Amino acid sequence: MNADLVVFWVTAPLSVFAAVAMILSRNAVHAALWLIVNLFTLAVLFLVLGSPFLFVVQIIVYAGAIMVLFLFVIMLLGVDQQASLRETIRGQRWLAVVLGLGLVAEIFFAVRLGLGLSRGALPDFARVNEGGNIRALAEVLFGPYFFPFEVTSILLIVAAIGAMLHGRRRVQDEDVIDMPAAAE
Amino acid sequence: MLGAIDWVFWILLVARVVVVFAALLLSVLLAIWIERKVIADMQTRIGPNRAGPAGVLITLADGIKLFFKEGVIPAAASRPVFVIAPILSLVPAFLAFAVIPFGTGVTLFGHPVPFQLADLDIGILWILAMGSLAVYGVVLAGWSSGSNYPLLGAIRSSAQMISYEVGMSLGLIAVLLYSGGIAMSEVVEVQARHFDVTGLGWLPKWNVFFQLPAFLIYFIAAVAETQRPPFDLPEAETELVAGYHTEYSGIKFAMFYLAEYVHTITVSAVGVTLFLGGWRGPMFDFLPWLWPLVWFLLKLLIVIFVLVWIRATLPRFRYDRLMNFGWKVLIPFGLLWILITAAYVQLPQTYSDLRAALIIVSGTLAVVLLVSPLFVGPPRGVLDEGAAPTTREP
Repeated sequence: MNADLVVFWVTAPLSVFAAVAMILSRNAVHAALWLIVNLFTLAVLFLVLGSPFLFVVQIIVYAGAIMVLFLFVIMLLGVDQQASLRETIRGQRWLAVVLGLGLVAEIFFAVRLGLGLSRGALPDFARVNEGGNIRALAEVLFGPYFFPFEVTSILLIVAAIGAMLHGRRRVQDEDVIDMPAAAE
Repeated sequence: MLGAIDWVFWILLVARVVVVFAALLLSVLLAIWIERKVIADMQTRIGPNRAGPAGVLITLADGIKLFFKEGVIPAAASRPVFVIAPILSLVPAFLAFAVIPFGTGVTLFGHPVPFQLADLDIGILWILAMGSLAVYGVVLAGWSSGSNYPLLGAIRSSAQMISYEVGMSLGLIAVLLYSGGIAMSEVVEVQARHFDVTGLGWLPKWNVFFQLPAFLIYFIAAVAETQRPPFDLPEAETELVAGYHTEYSGIKFAMFYLAEYVHTITVSAVGVTLFLGGWRGPMFDFLPWLWPLVWFLLKLLIVIFVLVWIRATLPRFRYDRLMNFGWKVLIPFGLLWILITAAYVQLPQTYSDLRAALIIVSGTLAVVLLVSPLFVGPPRGVLDEGAAPTTREP
């Protein structure tokens, strides 16, 4: 357990630092980079929690695919300049402060009072992962959690199709300069 | 957990890492020389012939030159990102090689020394993860240069690499379904069997024979992933000067160049391991640890030669064709092949072979018939038709 603790205490502050730095970055690309660092540290924490599979999936999906898309969009739109601080929704800032404090309080009490997950001791990872981490995960995912898993996947597909339909615009003749197929 | 520290174990571990690192660097030197020589030969030129015998030291000379050149950072560049980008491009390329087995291993001082840095449970996925991180080096280099051509190269590369990563992972998933294991050693183990057909008993059951479509998908996607010609759009010199590394010079440029070739060697090694039997080949009693290494290097050399051959033969793709091919040919085909492979693996457990075969064939036909209307719709690329631009259907 010792080595795990060392890794945790190195990774966790880094993770928090990256998250804060992401919020405070004025430059959109720098913020995206800090978010990548943050996602990466989370991946390492998955490794500490005995799930190499989730570690790799976190890197492939979040750090590898989603953040590249983020960067792609930021670069394509050229959002290099500082974001404007003008509020578009009235009272948004105060509401954010209140809700943020609420969340902090909730997490604090959950950890302090030992609610939910934090009450039980960690399971023995070696025993859980018997026969491979992927098998263990699959047995949970496609066993007791089969229905939520399928519902989530349908939801994701619907969301993806919806996003595609929204993003699709009719190509006008005068819009087409070059490579219409790739511009989408 | 921390008892008496086993010094020999740690020293051997570090030595293994250092040796693999050095070997990769050396193989890059040789690969670049081979590429230049082979291409020169195919174009009836002489190629590099000054430094060393037959010009073999040309890359070393280039490297030394670049090392001592001034590294210019453009005034418009975003400094920290500009400096980090080449490193980000180099590190994943090296890390991906860690899971590749290149031999059986030896025993030194009573410790087994496997010829593989880490046999992870998640071998194949590790390669995908590192491949997906390799994009950042290119994207950030392009963005941080603060210049237009690199930015265009970066945008192209991020779109291209995301698209072809999907195709590549589909090819790899088919293999891991077929082999029933994700660790690289398991995949090599599966390929140890031989054909049980008379007259073909000498032929090993490499994955390339039963997974030929997956091999082709992987190979095409790998060429696109490493941004080698004919998929080198991110650095198309006729359009983008030099693409994402236009503004780089000196040692930083050398790092991009190095990363590109390490990446090439890594994807070739992955191809050899997953499809061409890895380090397996005829073994002899004389120096038993050496032969796997020899076979592995030989296969690697052949794959790299084919890559160079492709570069010398094919012209560069047009960008929209590249994306069309990735999304509309490679990915649907990969999905179909995964379906067939999954059925092939799973069905014989419940049905007789004949019925399983019938189900697979009819199922494949049904899927193809069902999906094909999506692919024969109105003309897609306007430029492809040479006609007036079509308004897309709502």
